[in-house]
Amino acid sequence: MAGGKDAKELWQQDVRRIARGIRRRVAEHVLLNGGGYLSQACSSAEIFSVLYARVMNLAPVEKPLVPAPFGGVPSEKNLSYRTGGYFNGAPSAGADRFFLSPSQYSLVLYAALVETGRMAPEGLLQFNGDGSSVEMIGAEHSPGMEIMSGSLGQGISQAAGIAMARKRRGESGRVWLFMSDGEFQIGQTWEALQAMAWHNLDNMGIFIDANGYQCDGSVASVMNIEPLDRRLDAFGAAVVKVNGHDADALAEAAAQIGGGRPLAVICATCPWQGLEILKERDPRFHYVRFSSEEERLRYKQAISSAFQ
Amino acid sequence: MKLLSKVHAKNLMRWAKDKPNVLALSADLTSSTEIDLFRDAYPDRFISMGIAEQNMMSFAGGLAREGFFPFVHTFAVFIYRRAYDQIAMSVSYPNLPVRMFGFLPGITTPGGATHQAIEDIAVMRALPNMTILECGDATDVETVLDAAHSLRGPVYVRMLRGEIPRLFPQNEPLVLNTARQLSNGGDITLFSSGICTEEAMRATPLLREKGVSIKHLHVSTLKPFNDPLVTEAIASAKHGVITMENHSVIGGLGTCVAEVMAAGGMGKKLVKIGLQDTYVHGASRAYLMKEYNLDAMALIAAVERMLDTRFGLTGDEIAASPAVPRHSDARPEAL
Repeated sequence: MAGGKDAKELWQQDVRRIARGIRRRVAEHVLLNGGGYLSQACSSAEIFSVLYARVMNLAPVEKPLVPAPFGGVPSEKNLSYRTGGYFNGAPSAGADRFFLSPSQYSLVLYAALVETGRMAPEGLLQFNGDGSSVEMIGAEHSPGMEIMSGSLGQGISQAAGIAMARKRRGESGRVWLFMSDGEFQIGQTWEALQAMAWHNLDNMGIFIDANGYQCDGSVASVMNIEPLDRRLDAFGAAVVKVNGHDADALAEAAAQIGGGRPLAVICATCPWQGLEILKERDPRFHYVRFSSEEERLRYKQAISSAFQ
Repeated sequence: MKLLSKVHAKNLMRWAKDKPNVLALSADLTSSTEIDLFRDAYPDRFISMGIAEQNMMSFAGGLAREGFFPFVHTFAVFIYRRAYDQIAMSVSYPNLPVRMFGFLPGITTPGGATHQAIEDIAVMRALPNMTILECGDATDVETVLDAAHSLRGPVYVRMLRGEIPRLFPQNEPLVLNTARQLSNGGDITLFSSGICTEEAMRATPLLREKGVSIKHLHVSTLKPFNDPLVTEAIASAKHGVITMENHSVIGGLGTCVAEVMAAGGMGKKLVKIGLQDTYVHGASRAYLMKEYNLDAMALIAAVERMLDTRFGLTGDEIAASPAVPRHSDARPEAL
C-alpha cells in the first residue's frame, strides 16, 4: 500500500476507530431494542471499516445523510423511486461499487455508514421502525444498499452481472461484495462463481466473513463447506486467506484484485471479537435476544466497560 | 396460409442488429431456443451462462440495472420453476427490463412432465411488475419483440419455435393488451391463446356452417388483463363464454376471464378448455392435444354442451378445414 510508516499508522488508526464505533453502535442498539445481530458486528467490523476507509474508491457525500422514509416499492407508478446507493456517493465510471449480500448484516453496514460520515447518527434510531427505510433485513432502498440480496445467494449473481456490465463498458471502477460463510452452502453461489471465472470478471472482489457460525449453530455442525479455499480455487477464483481482524492483511488482500481471476478473500473472524461476553452464547450467535432482565443488565455492564 | 420455420431465429437477428445493448443469454439451449443465428452474427453479445438458471436470472438483473437488455432464452419450465425466487427478487421486484423467452410452453414439447410448462402463467401472473405475453403464430413471434421492448419492466413471453403457421396478416403486429378479433358472432364468445388459437380456427368455420355464430378473440397479453375488447366480448355473449389455452385451467387465460367477469358482474356461463388440473406426459403435440382435449374437437364438444346439441362433425371434416395449415407434415418437435 502507498504511504510511509506514518501514513500507514494513520489509516490503521482510522480503521480501528471505525471498527470500534461499529461494534459500539450495534451493541448499544441491541441493548436498546432487547436483541439484534450483534455477533455479525463483532466478526465483520474490521472488514467493513477497511473496505470503507481504505479499499473502496467511493465518491464522498456532502454531509452525513439522514435516510429518507420508505418511498414505496419499485413500479411503473413510483416515479420518484431510488435505491439506497446514494449513501455510497455519486456513481461514476471510476468509482467502486459496494454490495452487501447477507442483508442480515444491515445494521453493521448502517453503523459503518455512520462511522465513515455517510449517514447521520440519528439514522440508526430509525432502525426497524415502521415506515423507515432503515430496515432490519435491509432491501435495496435501505442506506448503502442497491440490490435485493436478503434471499441468500442472489447477491453474488447480481453483483457479477453488474461487474460484467461495467467491464463491457470499459469502466475502471471495481465491484466489491461482502458475503457470509454460510452462503457457500448455496448452489447459486457456486453457479455465480463458475460464471464469474468463465467470463473473466476480475474486476470483482468478494470479502467473506468466515466467522464459522450460522443460524442453527456452527457452520461445521450444519453443513460442511470446507475446504473453502480449495473449493474457491477450483472454481476459478484467486483466493487469499487472512485474519479478518487484521487491517493491514485485509487491505493487502484487496490490492490483489484485477489479476485475471475474480478475487475471493476469506476473512477468518471471531464472532465475539471485541465483546468477550458473547462467547458464552456459543454456538448460538446468529441473533442475540435477552432471556431476562438480569441477562440484559449483565450485557449492559459488559458493553459499557468494553466501550468506555 | 403456410408454415414458416426458424421465425424467431431470423427475426431476432434482424431486429437486434442496431440494438447494441440487447444481449442474448443462453442456458445451454442455444439452437433449441433459436438464438444460434444471433450468436453467430453477434458473438460479443451472446452470453453463455451454462445450465445454471438461478444464477442466469439474477445475473440478468445485474446487467439490466446497468442499462443492458438481457434477452434470457431457455425452456419455459426452467425459467419459472427453476428460478422463481431469483425472478421475484433480482428481476421483478426492481422492475428491470429483463425479457424472458420461455420456449416449449404446455404440451408443445414431447419432453414429458419435466419439460412441460403447464402453470407458468399462473405463477408468473402473481408477480407484481410482470408483463406476460404469449405468441400464437409467426406474426406474433415476429412482432412480440417490439411489444416487449416497449416496456420498462420485466416481460415473460411464452414463445413458439420450429415450424409455425402464419395465422394473422404479417402487417398486423401484436399489440399490447389488445386482443385480435378473428370472427364475429353473438351466440358464444371464445377466447383462445397460443397454439389453441390455431385449433380454434379449424373449428369455428365448421360451427358457423352449423348455424353457431362465435365471436373469437385471440389473446396475447395475459398480464395486464384489462383489454376493453375482452370485457365487451364477454358482455355480448348470448349463451356463454369459452376459453381455450395450452395451460392449466387454474391461473391462466380462463381464470383471467373469470376474474373480469366476476368483477364486472357479468353472470355468464364459462367453460374452460385447458389442462384440467393434471400433469401431462411425453408424446407428440397432436396426440397430447387430443388426449387432453385441447384441440378443435374439444372446442366443438364444448360448444355442443353449452348449446345442448350435437353437430355430428367428424375428425376428417375438421382435418379438412381450410382455415389453417395441417401440422401433420411438419417435423415433430425435438429437444
